[in-house]
Amino acid sequence: MAISKEKILEDLKQKFSSEILDITAQFGDDIILIKKEALLDIANFLMEDPYSFTMLLDLTCVDYLGEQQRFEMVYQFFSLSHKLRLRFKARLQENDCRIASLTSIFKNANWLEREAYDMFGVHFTGHPYLRRLFMYDGFEGHPLRKDYPLRKQQPKIQLRK
Amino acid sequence: MKNKKDGKGGFITTTFNSMLGWGRKFSLFQYPFITACCGMEYMSVACAHYDLDRFGMGWTRFTPRQADMLLVVGTISHKEAPVLKTVYDQMTEPKWVVAFGACAVSGGIYDNYAVVQGIDRIIPVDVYIPGCPPRPETVINALIKLQEKIQKEGHEWRFQKKKS
Repeated sequence: MAISKEKILEDLKQKFSSEILDITAQFGDDIILIKKEALLDIANFLMEDPYSFTMLLDLTCVDYLGEQQRFEMVYQFFSLSHKLRLRFKARLQENDCRIASLTSIFKNANWLEREAYDMFGVHFTGHPYLRRLFMYDGFEGHPLRKDYPLRKQQPKIQLRK
Repeated sequence: MKNKKDGKGGFITTTFNSMLGWGRKFSLFQYPFITACCGMEYMSVACAHYDLDRFGMGWTRFTPRQADMLLVVGTISHKEAPVLKTVYDQMTEPKWVVAFGACAVSGGIYDNYAVVQGIDRIIPVDVYIPGCPPRPETVINALIKLQEKIQKEGHEWRFQKKKS
């Protein structure tokens, strides 16, 4: 019951015609730019048969400092039964950098979203435990943002001279 | 370092110093604090190919309370710094610290928000071993330097009055 990549993109375009902003391809991977409000619906839609994109390979964020929509969330989905991958991107504004959490669908989104929150300060609505993953409690700011000072350190204990 | 012949007790104490240094330098119990890729290099130094046991420091301890020499092998992040400080504080005197590899010496290539720029920002260090990672010969050379340092250590404080 193979399904082609073209068919999936066609179905997506039909179902989410107003939410999909752009579809491009790079190095053989299809990239779909969506509105951030549509993320959960699209992920739910792709989980079902016959698409079965049941695996979230990665979830990360890119900081485009200076652009009007500063943050770009990137989601990599993989379909085990069709051996296909799809990349979704959604832009967020700096003053409203929140997006729906995928933890209700993918268990591994929990830590991936905690990492994105830790490093970029993106808030995931509906996340059960949105706490820093890598940096320690008391660390201020989000170190992978482009406006975080390059060599700024926040020691946990008193340093010697 | 003060010349050991300055000792107040004369011949008896200098001989005692020398004997104590000799005993200590050939019975270095090590505690490897391994956090990164230099650990591979440490393993090859400590195992049979290069064999630290030839120099009397092959005995690895798995608690800092029984160790004399703390080998800090690898990158130390700010999140980890309190752990390293606790381990150092748990070691009993006499104790020596070796910074193993570029990251432990100076932070190495990681000049960023996460990494301590050299473990001497946290604890005092006796010997620095540069290299990314250091060759086993470099490590052995450094540890022999540490042995020389231990041999020359004075114990005049034993014969001085305490200042309170």
